[in-house]
Order: sequence, then structure tokens, then C-alpha cells
Amino acid sequence: MRHSATSESRAARAALIGVALLFLAVFVVLPLVAVFSEALKHGIGAFTDAITTPDAMSAIRLTLLIAAISVPLNMVFGIAASWALTKFEFPGKGLLITLIDLPFSVSPVVSGLIFVLLFGANGYLGPWLIEHDIRIIFAVPGIILATVFITFPFVARELIPLMTEQGRDDEEAAISLGASGWQTFWHVTLPNIRWGLLYGVLLCNARAMGEFGAVSVVSGHIRGVTNTMPLHVEILYNEYDFVGAFAVASLLAGLALLTLVAKTVLEWRFNLHRTGVSH
Amino acid sequence: MITVQGVTKQFGKFAALNGIDLQVEDGEFVALLGPSGSGKTTLLRVIAGLEFQDSGIVLFDGEDVSSRPVAQRGVGFVFQQYALFRHMKVADNVAFGLSVRKRRNRPSRKERRARAEELLRLVHLEGLGDRYPEQLSGGQRQRVALARALAVEPRLLLLDEPFGALDAKVRKELRRWLRELHEQMGLTSIFVTHDQEEALELADRIVVLNQGAIEQVGTPEQVYMEPETSFVASFVGETSCMPGGLHVRPHDLEIVETGGEAVVVDNVFRKGGEWRIEATLASSPGELIEIDLDASRSAPAVGTTILVRPTRGSAFDVEKNSS
Repeated sequence: MRHSATSESRAARAALIGVALLFLAVFVVLPLVAVFSEALKHGIGAFTDAITTPDAMSAIRLTLLIAAISVPLNMVFGIAASWALTKFEFPGKGLLITLIDLPFSVSPVVSGLIFVLLFGANGYLGPWLIEHDIRIIFAVPGIILATVFITFPFVARELIPLMTEQGRDDEEAAISLGASGWQTFWHVTLPNIRWGLLYGVLLCNARAMGEFGAVSVVSGHIRGVTNTMPLHVEILYNEYDFVGAFAVASLLAGLALLTLVAKTVLEWRFNLHRTGVSH
Repeated sequence: MITVQGVTKQFGKFAALNGIDLQVEDGEFVALLGPSGSGKTTLLRVIAGLEFQDSGIVLFDGEDVSSRPVAQRGVGFVFQQYALFRHMKVADNVAFGLSVRKRRNRPSRKERRARAEELLRLVHLEGLGDRYPEQLSGGQRQRVALARALAVEPRLLLLDEPFGALDAKVRKELRRWLRELHEQMGLTSIFVTHDQEEALELADRIVVLNQGAIEQVGTPEQVYMEPETSFVASFVGETSCMPGGLHVRPHDLEIVETGGEAVVVDNVFRKGGEWRIEATLASSPGELIEIDLDASRSAPAVGTTILVRPTRGSAFDVEKNSS
């Protein structure tokens, strides 16, 4: 029996759900299971050995450092950009909104090359940097720059629609009651956007830790120095150290799963909050 | 006393305010009435300091406040959608204006709480201080917004479509209550509305706006009975346009045996204690004429032609209409 104009027949529904599940199983669940089973193939001992080698530990430390620097930077940038774009009117606004999406639309390899072109030994600023003994490319600063560039749309893209929807009334009310700009931001704007912000930061963090392409171009793959976790996985894999590669990969995969759980919880809270307000 | 002199405001190519001159006396309750796009909300926001005029000045008690931001004007502003802080309890919303003061002027937490309770009592919401805004009805939220605006002891209360989002019954109750509050607290209040009935019932004086300019300023009586422009006549209350450009209210038309204008009856229905007759001019069938007839009289049948004569009305010359 049909309950609404858009509901399909029982058979069609079962077929659609079946196809979707099969697809998910083959392309998402199976690889995930494979990662963990390969990592633990030679037992938990081999797994812990693989992730506690000095090179692996260094890669983990570097990845955490990169995320710890680039995520807060992009959080501040994302809030500032969304604030400017949604609370004020100025010419060129549309262009700026489009530009924020640029890192998403351009290939990460190209993003990496941009930095090599700018800061590399033969790049525009290369000679000057060498003269002053500042290392950016094939060093940690380059990896941070590339990661910040790649992940900067996450927070802003999450906040812009949210702040547009919320409008300026709350801020104007706060200011009319005598609040300063900072007070308005801390007591009114930030609480209003907190769930969206957290969500954006979470996605930003996941990408900052997992980025391969752009980082690969600028890092130089120096073991124990400029190797992040994704790069380390690749190196181990190319050296036929499958347990090692999958052990480090499983850490990244575990992080992704954790991010998904956190995202689901947030989304649930976020929607609850929004529907509570809209009536 | 609030004085607005020669205020203009452009948004891009759109002239929102076109040279506004207005004076509001202390203790007055003034309505800014007009259709959407007439500039009424912009004018309110300019007076508040939420928007700044392109030219002209705004004076509070003779003092030019044109360049002062909203916080330094001593106004309370009530937003159309209330703009309550949804993550704060009602009491914290009300006390917000006190808690953001500079440390040396800031009342203690206990004093702020007591002040919030006092204000909630004033707006008949005692005991609801620990709720969140989303747990309140529309009318209650509106009163919280009002209490919050009053907490900073403004000399001027500005309300943007204060009843716009409420259903008819709540709106009526709140209107009467707001009027009482205004008297009781000795406030000067300006509110924006597109609802002529609201303006007529509530305000001491009505400012009718159209296309960024003031059409008429007057008491509800004056605006209703002696409209100065055809816009006011048609926007405030119901009017029919008789041959010769005469604007007539439905109850200012009487049915006569001879010497009236011939109209064809299209529809007759009860409207409150009267008959409302909808008719069209026999001489120009496109023109709708509305007539109110005492319910004790028998209503004419639909399709018949009757003669009507205006007992009073307003005529406007073309120059004035287009000004």
C-alpha cells in the first residue's frame, strides 16, 4: 500500500536498500575491516611494535603537531571570515565566498606545488629564504602552510549558512543593551554557533591529520623529520612492510571512525537545538 | 523629546528615507504606520542608532546624538522576532544589560537576579526566570524581550512590529497591556506597525509613512477622520472612491430614494453589528463601493440597483497625492 506520492513499491524499496547496502559493504566496510585485520595479522605484539618504532612515533608526533597548529588557526580564520561575510555588507562579498571554496576545488597536488613555487629553492621567495636561513619547503613550516591551505574551508563553510540563517538581530540586541564587541561575540555569537563550529573543527581536524597530496609535495619525506602519518604509511607500504603500513593506517582509520561518531552525536544535538528554536 | 530633522537614508539606489522631520514629546506613544518598504523600520532603527542616516540629524532633548551608537543613546529596542539569547535562561536574558556593564557600575550577581525577578513580575512572568526562551509561548517571549529592554532603564522604548508574530487574541491582550505599561512607567515609546487597527487603538499619535516620506502626522482621530492625502485615506481604514475623487468610509454612505449615485449590489453580509454591502458603481463597473448599513434596516437584495449618497468624505487634488 502506498502511504504517499513519493513512496515506492515494496520490491523497489528492497532493491534500492539492497544496492545501497552492498555498495557500502564493498567500498566502505570491507576496506575498513581489511585495514584492521592486516594490521593485526601477526598479532597485537607486531602491531604495537610497528607503531612504536622511532620513525612511526615521530610521524605520529608530527601529525599531532600539524593538527594542533593548523586547526586553531583555521578555527580563528573560519570564524572571522564567516563573521565578516554574514554580518556586514561590502562589495566583492560574493567573490570572497567563492574563493573560500578554492582549496576544495583545486587538486591537493596543485596546492602543494603553489607553495613550492613560492618558497622552494627555485621559487619566488627561495633565494631570500636561503639567505636568511629560513627553511619552509621540506620542513615543518611548509607542511603547516599546506595543511592550513587545504583545510581552511571546513569551518567557514559550516558557519556561513548557519550565521546567515541566524541574522544580525541577536548581535544588535546585545549591542543595544550596552555590550561591547567582545562581549557580544563571547556571550551571544559564539554560543549561537558553537555546535556548527565544533562540527567544522572536527572535519577540519580529520582532514588536517589525513591530508596526503599537498603535504607529500612540500614535505620531502625525510624520515623522522618531515614524515606525517599518511606519508609514513606510504613509505612502509612501498617497502613491503605491510604490517607496519596497516598498523599506522589503522590509527588513521580509527581516528576517522571516532570523528564520525563525534560528528553524529553533534549533528543530533545540533538539529535538536535548531528545531527547538525554529517554532 | 525626540527630534528628527531632514533625515535621509539610501540603500544602494533605493531611498529608504526621503527627508523625514518628526518630533516626539516626552511620554508620548507614537506609531510609525505604513506598508512594507515605506521606511518605517529604517526610521526606527535610525532613531535607535542601529542604522545611521546619510544626512539630517537626530536630537534627544535638544542634544545631537546622530553619531552616537545605540548603546550610548539610552534606548530600549524590542525586535520583531524578539532576538532572545536562546542559550541563556530567561532571567539571564533580562539581566544581560546589567551583566555586561563595566565592573565598577555592574550590580552584583544577587542584585542582578533580584532586578530580573522584579522586571519579570512587571511583565507578569514571575517564576519563569529559570526557563529557556524556547520553553515559552510567543506572547511570553515578547514580554521577556520587553523586560530585557527595560532592564537598562531606557528613556525611550522602540518596538519593531511588536505584535507581528503573534496570533490575533494574544496580540489584543498584549496591546492593552503594553499601553498600561507605557503609562505606568512614564515611558516615551515609538513602535512600528503595518496594522492600522493596532496604530489606531494604541497610539497617541500616528505617523503615516509611504515611500520613505511622511504622509501625515496626527492623532488616530485626525488620521482616520481627516486624512490629508489619498494615500492616508486608502491606507488607514476602508475607503471607497466615489466619482469626482471623493474618498468615503463605508459608514459615511447612506442609502437614499433620490439624488444619489447609482450602485449595483454584488454581495451583502453581516459584519459585526452591521450589514456590509459590496457594490459597484453603475457608471463605472470596475469601482468597488462598500457601504455599512445599520443591522436594524433590511438589507437590499443582491443584483438590485440602489442610490447612495456620502454624508462626509475627503477629496484630494492631484498635486497633493503625488507629493
